[in-house]
Amino acid sequence: MNSANPTSTPASARELFWGFNRIALQGFGGVLAVSQRVLCEQKRWLTTTEFVELLAVAQALPGPNVCNLALMVGDRFFRWRGALAALAGMLLFPLLLVVAATWLYTRFADSPQVAAALAGMGAVSAGLVIGTALKLITSLRGNPLGKTASAVLVLATLVLIAGVRWPLAAVLILLGSLAWWRAWQGLKQS
Amino acid sequence: MNLSLSAAQWWALFGQFCVLSLLSFGGAMTVAPDMHRSLVTQMGLLTNTQFNASIAIAQAAPGPNVLFVAVLGYQAAGWSGLAATTLGILLPSTTVSWFASRWMQRRAHWRAIQAFKAGLAPIVVGLLFSIGWILATHASHWAHVLLTALTALLVWKTRVPMLLLLAVGAGVGVAVN
Repeated sequence: MNSANPTSTPASARELFWGFNRIALQGFGGVLAVSQRVLCEQKRWLTTTEFVELLAVAQALPGPNVCNLALMVGDRFFRWRGALAALAGMLLFPLLLVVAATWLYTRFADSPQVAAALAGMGAVSAGLVIGTALKLITSLRGNPLGKTASAVLVLATLVLIAGVRWPLAAVLILLGSLAWWRAWQGLKQS
Repeated sequence: MNLSLSAAQWWALFGQFCVLSLLSFGGAMTVAPDMHRSLVTQMGLLTNTQFNASIAIAQAAPGPNVLFVAVLGYQAAGWSGLAATTLGILLPSTTVSWFASRWMQRRAHWRAIQAFKAGLAPIVVGLLFSIGWILATHASHWAHVLLTALTALLVWKTRVPMLLLLAVGAGVGVAVN
């Protein structure tokens, strides 16, 4: 779907700020799912493939993946000003909100209704992330690894992280190296 | 435990979080145990309950979950504590990532770089499934499982607003309590 729709460009660093601000403010339980929807489907600043690529790099670098993602998207369009604007959009209002939430928490922590509502929202958050992952599978179609290797890597990651509970760094190093080598082969042949 | 930090304490806290920032591959959560050891065990600035609560608060609030670090700092020592932990966890990693990503961008045509990104792509998709799965296992009621499955389907195939789904989740959560 995304390959048919041309992407657009943010008009200014300020638009980046408000765009990422909008992402952050919808990101209950985490901003990854919302990021994909806003960046790829609403604003169309990135194709899904570009999103996965940037996220991959963001994940491999130190720091929160969504902050690194914001940094790179901002840089892509408006260099350091864009990077700063995107990062500020992602963090500024949420920072104030989280302090307010801390105050609220100390007041309402014991309410079973609040706990129940949060549990329900947690279940939805899980669905948001899984749904996003499902959407991103299409971006793997043109991957030089090929469909089989890609599928194997997706499953291997799932088993190692969710099943065996390996630390992420170990998975990135082990599977990442294998994937890197295999992708290199794939690119050589094409 | 809302102490005010002395200048020496502020810099010590800031410095510790700077080091953790450089180790935070995969996000700040990966170094949360180290934060726990520092803030709860060594410096005694937080209780265990406050520490765990910080993570829950940041997840419940909108925005990047890394802000649990801001809550840690705020609970430990007010705005001054928040500044120490938040700036500490963000400045070094952001700087490194800034230069590293630009370095990669300038060499985007290198096969090694293309292979690196291509290789990580399925791993990142697998990681997202893993995160979703782990979150889903917190379910304490079959209705939660249903919520997760339905949400995944709706996000995958439709454009139903995510905030609406979250609101429904909150409502269902209360209803089945």
